[in-house]
Amino acid sequence: MAMNEPILDTSPAVSDEVRQTTCYMCACRCGINVHMKDGKVAYIEGNRDHPVNKGVLCAKGSSGIMQVNAPSRLRAPLKRTGPRGSGEFEEISWDEALELATKRLDPLRKSAPEKLAFFTGRDQSQSFTSFWAQNFGTPNYAAHGGFCSVNMATAGIYTMGGAFWEFGQPDWDRTKLFMIFGVAEDHDSNPIKMGLGKLKGNGGKVIGVNPIRSGYNAIADEWVGIIPGTDGLFILSLVHVLLKIGKIDLSYLSQFTNAPCLLNEDLSSPNHGLVLRDADDKPLVIDRATGKPAPFDQKGVRPNLAATYELDGKIHRTVFQHMAERYLSDEYSPEAVEERCGVSAGRIRAIAAELARVAFDESFELKQPWTDFRGERHETMVGRPVSFHAMRGISAHSNGFQTCRALHVLQILLGTVEVPGGFRFKPPYPKPVEAHPTPHCHSKPDCPLDGPHLGFVRGPDDLALKEDGTPARIDKAFTWDNPMSAHGLMHMVISNAHAGDPYKIDTLFLYMANMAWNSSMNTRGVMEMLTDKDENGDYVIPNIIYSDAYSSEMVAYADLILPDTTYLERHDCISLLDRPICEADGAADAIRWPVIEPDRDVRGFQSVLVDLGVRLGLPGFINEDGSAKYKDYADYIVNHQRRPGIGPLAGFRGEDGTQFGRGEVNPDQLDKYIENGGFFVEHVPEEATFYKPWNQAYQDWAVKLGFYDKPQPYLFQLYVEPLRRFQLAAEGHGDRQPPEHLREQIKDKMDPLPIWYPALEDAHADEKDYPVHALTQRPMAMYHSWGSQNAWLRQIHGQNPLYVPNKIWAENEFQEGDWAKVTSIHGEITVPVAHMAALNDDTVWTWNAIGKRKGAWALDETAPESTKGFLLNHLIHELLPPKGDGLRWANSDPITGQAAWFDLRVRIEKTDPPAESQPEFPAIKSPVGKGPKIVRQKVRS
Amino acid sequence: MHPAPSVIVFTVLSGLGFGFLAWLGLGLPAVTGWTAFFCYALGFGMAVGGLIASTFHLGNPQRALKAFTQWQTSWLSREAWLSVLALVFMGLYAIGAVFFDTLIAPLGLIGAVFCFATVFATAMIYAQLATIPRWNHWLTPLHLLSLSLAGGVILAQQGSAALMLLAIAGVVQALHWILGDRRFAERGHTTETATGLGDLGSVRLYEPPHTGTNYLLKEMVYIVGRKHAQKLRVLGFAGMIVLPAAVLALLPTGFVSAVIAISFFLLGTFASRWLFFAEAEHVVGLYYSSKNTQAALNR
Amino acid sequence: MTQLPTQTDKKLGLVIDLDTCVGCHACVTACKGWNTENYGAPLSDIDPYSGDPVGSFLNRVHSFEVQPTAGPAQTVHMPKSCLHCDDAPCVTVCPTGASYKRQEDGIVLVNEDACIGCGLCAWACPYGARELDQAAGVMKKCTLCVDRIYNENLPEEDRVPACVRTCPAGARHFGDFADPDSNVSRLTKERGGMDLMPEQGTSPVNKYLPPRPKDTMKDLDASAPQLAPVVDGPKGLLGWLDKALEAI
Repeated sequence: MAMNEPILDTSPAVSDEVRQTTCYMCACRCGINVHMKDGKVAYIEGNRDHPVNKGVLCAKGSSGIMQVNAPSRLRAPLKRTGPRGSGEFEEISWDEALELATKRLDPLRKSAPEKLAFFTGRDQSQSFTSFWAQNFGTPNYAAHGGFCSVNMATAGIYTMGGAFWEFGQPDWDRTKLFMIFGVAEDHDSNPIKMGLGKLKGNGGKVIGVNPIRSGYNAIADEWVGIIPGTDGLFILSLVHVLLKIGKIDLSYLSQFTNAPCLLNEDLSSPNHGLVLRDADDKPLVIDRATGKPAPFDQKGVRPNLAATYELDGKIHRTVFQHMAERYLSDEYSPEAVEERCGVSAGRIRAIAAELARVAFDESFELKQPWTDFRGERHETMVGRPVSFHAMRGISAHSNGFQTCRALHVLQILLGTVEVPGGFRFKPPYPKPVEAHPTPHCHSKPDCPLDGPHLGFVRGPDDLALKEDGTPARIDKAFTWDNPMSAHGLMHMVISNAHAGDPYKIDTLFLYMANMAWNSSMNTRGVMEMLTDKDENGDYVIPNIIYSDAYSSEMVAYADLILPDTTYLERHDCISLLDRPICEADGAADAIRWPVIEPDRDVRGFQSVLVDLGVRLGLPGFINEDGSAKYKDYADYIVNHQRRPGIGPLAGFRGEDGTQFGRGEVNPDQLDKYIENGGFFVEHVPEEATFYKPWNQAYQDWAVKLGFYDKPQPYLFQLYVEPLRRFQLAAEGHGDRQPPEHLREQIKDKMDPLPIWYPALEDAHADEKDYPVHALTQRPMAMYHSWGSQNAWLRQIHGQNPLYVPNKIWAENEFQEGDWAKVTSIHGEITVPVAHMAALNDDTVWTWNAIGKRKGAWALDETAPESTKGFLLNHLIHELLPPKGDGLRWANSDPITGQAAWFDLRVRIEKTDPPAESQPEFPAIKSPVGKGPKIVRQKVRS
Repeated sequence: MHPAPSVIVFTVLSGLGFGFLAWLGLGLPAVTGWTAFFCYALGFGMAVGGLIASTFHLGNPQRALKAFTQWQTSWLSREAWLSVLALVFMGLYAIGAVFFDTLIAPLGLIGAVFCFATVFATAMIYAQLATIPRWNHWLTPLHLLSLSLAGGVILAQQGSAALMLLAIAGVVQALHWILGDRRFAERGHTTETATGLGDLGSVRLYEPPHTGTNYLLKEMVYIVGRKHAQKLRVLGFAGMIVLPAAVLALLPTGFVSAVIAISFFLLGTFASRWLFFAEAEHVVGLYYSSKNTQAALNR
Repeated sequence: MTQLPTQTDKKLGLVIDLDTCVGCHACVTACKGWNTENYGAPLSDIDPYSGDPVGSFLNRVHSFEVQPTAGPAQTVHMPKSCLHCDDAPCVTVCPTGASYKRQEDGIVLVNEDACIGCGLCAWACPYGARELDQAAGVMKKCTLCVDRIYNENLPEEDRVPACVRTCPAGARHFGDFADPDSNVSRLTKERGGMDLMPEQGTSPVNKYLPPRPKDTMKDLDASAPQLAPVVDGPKGLLGWLDKALEAI
């Protein structure tokens, strides 16, 4: 040390204690080390041992301390005193609150349980909340997937038994070419960032297909600034080129997919287009050795992709031949799609050639023997180092399901799923449709529902329809409008409840869903529906109960508020029964536990549900004598068993805590988790690391862990038969028939092989009047509305301009600081603009959910979130405009009901700056006051 | 740079004060007794008042004494020393003049040199900053010194010397503006060099690090409208140079003309000094501003 | 102390990889979290819930757009904190000696007990690396987590700056530039690590790795050899398939 330098303590004590729990600043669910000083949270960092984040932590996670200390935290149960929407409440006791809820809900359960609609938003306990709803007996339960990424999830499950995000990930260690589609920064974010870093370190390349070059696309080596909503067409053109040049993995296709399965081609047959099966209902293939049909899983069978088979005079040809016919057609040639996609034919060809080159010329083998489900031993594992990822970007379109399907088909044709260097599933996936439940909707008074609400339909018989054919669910999920709505349609609940269509409800019970603001399309309309009164002066939606930890915009619209805790004050389980946190190499689950106690009169929502369950006498929550089965949620986590030996947590089971997967209840399970850093992980055996759907070692391991009860190998479904079953119904086959007005839609859209069609909004919004696509994405440093109350994060994203590309910027002669009027078929907003060159010429975009309602989130009314921030939601309606057929068509994917956020088309006009972003809404009264004038966050030096 | 009132008041008043004291130290005018008392009160009042104003700019003024420690490297520290020395020598000289009707010329001369040196040190605080090309030039000390002496000489009522010094100050001021306007571009600082990305293409800020503001933006990225600046330059130049010169040339030398001239001079100098800060472009702006703002910087 | 050491024993600093940074701001808040709780005064936030929040941050991520002469525009995220310059102008301007560069490792620090909050060091810094905390009135800057990197209360692998530890993409590297074999020296050499605003003559220690060339893939004509079709259309497929399947 030089003279005069001050003496510095370079080894100060870091904290008194480190408590390890799970982050909840977004849906990534990383492990965190919470450093405690004097019993207070002093610092939060990533947990190095955790399977998800391995020590890293994002901007949100690192700002958790400001979420836990946020002035917007609700303080006590609230009862509405002013009109709905005013924000006027009085604080009441928990006893009173729970009594109020019970008094309202108990008669419903005894008479008509469907009159309760229970929908949860960013809920991470869906296996529990659905269990509660099932025991209540209402068919009306779902989480927010319907307006998030259900297309991705559903297309993935139906095609290959898993999708991206929590279902799977690229083999980051080995992949050499990674192609990413659309907005994808918002899910699985830390693992993807870590993976990208690894890939770049290994010299791998990234191709980004996205109208906007931000986030991950900023570091993409090649940027394809595609026109929104045309990804499916672009992908099918890649498929066209790959088929034409024969760069597909025939061996993989014949062994592991339904490409060799035989389709009935008899137009008159009720089985037309269905797969030929044997007496045991097993799909048949033609064995190349014998030329005869054989069950697909027969030992030694070598399925023939080129087979034609005649049975009883009916011709059957392979799925592969149907695919080749369709995709080799000129309709999908690069020249045919280039203009529509905004990607030149030469570039499409170049990308296809690069995919082929890396997949086949850079192929490698891992010296890891394995045995497939047919009993055949393989000495090596063949690597195809091309991987893909996509999320909301391609999902949130009305053609999203088929686009996601197309992407999975491309992956499969290249043979890059569940192989080294390709895309890998995370346990408990892969899991074929057959391993998932079908939807259940039969409710009876005073009785639990007949099964789980959500599931995967196999055909029309599984639709959630009443005897009279009308929808059984308030959100009309699993109806002919959107048969495969596997996550429900939360975005339709309020408008349907308001319209009393398909029926009226009494109580809308929401959890962590900001439906009066950024989580709804047509935000103003939703606010009106929530406050609308009937001729008697009563609210049309009679009763609204809401649980949230924070003073969100939705709070003002509820009659009763059940205040939740922050994420550091609660028990949770990130369960394998729910949305797991596994990595490809291991099954993992985790807990949250109260590392601090609430300093307010709030309770964890799940514990409140346990309490309500007891008060309502729900079967799953009481013992035979009527006493409480579980003290609280923590007690449920430890003691609940779904199937014998299988509970919410897979780790440290059995009396001594040494069993995993299956095992008796361990009363000390939570302590074991805490000792272990808040999580449990069990690694996949070496032999089982790839080819999971077909790998005997994996299948046995999965059974051991309790993912399913017997091995269930399956084929990837290039051709999705359940889709064909709906088409058959629309063609007039079967007892359950769609209404006339939906026949054509079902025939056209539910194609069992991926297709592309223009966004449905395009049929309404004239390209001349509305020439510009408008998109949103969530910034990596902010998770929807939650971040705005966070003093650190809101300084990063406190307002959102509309980013405008070169062409539109020049056309409108925009200058920095200008404002624009943005008009859609549904509405109009006036907002600040900013210039961005790395943007598709016909696309504008903004950050999602930065705009805030005045008075919410304990922010000052001058907050830029309210004065300059804005939502695109005002421009988007849950319904498409009337088209003169007397019907209103949903602004969603006709297969899954996925909200079509990204179909939006607008026109842009320069305008004089208004005082504030338009539309403006009056301030709501803050039930928690406003935040302090200064924050100096430090517990102790 | 943010035109902070404390710093404007400091530089203007202490500049004028030390300028006046310097003239007094040189015996121009050689005042004693009550006249001296009022002259020194004015000179010390402005010099010390300015120094006190400068402490309003400090986050922790109670530690201000520490600023004397780093005279080997820091112009601010040197300024502290020099100002104290100037005040001490001029103080002793003033005591002689006021109370003993005695002018100890060597004391006055040393005091005047320290006054001069203090203003120079003040100027060097700004002139040394490579981060602010407009200031980072030999004209900056000349600018502050010429104004200090010109202002001082108005108060000192030294007849035609004032006209000459005002003319010099006017030329220096004009040059400081004219050359200053080109300095940023001449130095070659661009967003391309700031980011190191110039080899790839032209570089533009597309999203600032925070949508909100921060200390750096408030302190160093002050944008003044071009028209506004031109207007102020005209007013400043008129007040600082033209009007005092006219007053001094047209009115007979004396108390009245000095008061009128110095009033114009002060107003003009405040305008000039406001612009001195407001127009000073800090290179950090390259990390925060878009091309449009840079066009303004490089005009 | 305001004299810069003629040479430091080590030259600790960061390499920031602009080819890998996705602009997630993780380093920004991890830095804020560690440094508000540790070294010196907390990093205050003034009016944090109002219309004009102003907080002290030691690290901020700027997003730039680069327009090459040909090809599409590119987006580059650039995290920026103190570069711990060898010729740090912020040190020599300090009147009190609060601002200094450590002899042993070259870290530029502010001794807050001696800082009068004059702001001159911030003026002298071309990079905007110093922010005067509005509540404490002292200058705040990146300490390279001097209270982490030698901290014996932390496991050895955690003895890196908070921003480096948290960076999800691994775009930040910490090490000793005086050691030619260190990770940071090697990366700088291999990837052409560059200085920001070199014309300021500050000799920054931190280096930035430039983005790799982008959008280099050439469009392919249908006649390109790697696109030679194996089939003319669906009809020709079966023949090719038979041959291809035999080859498996």
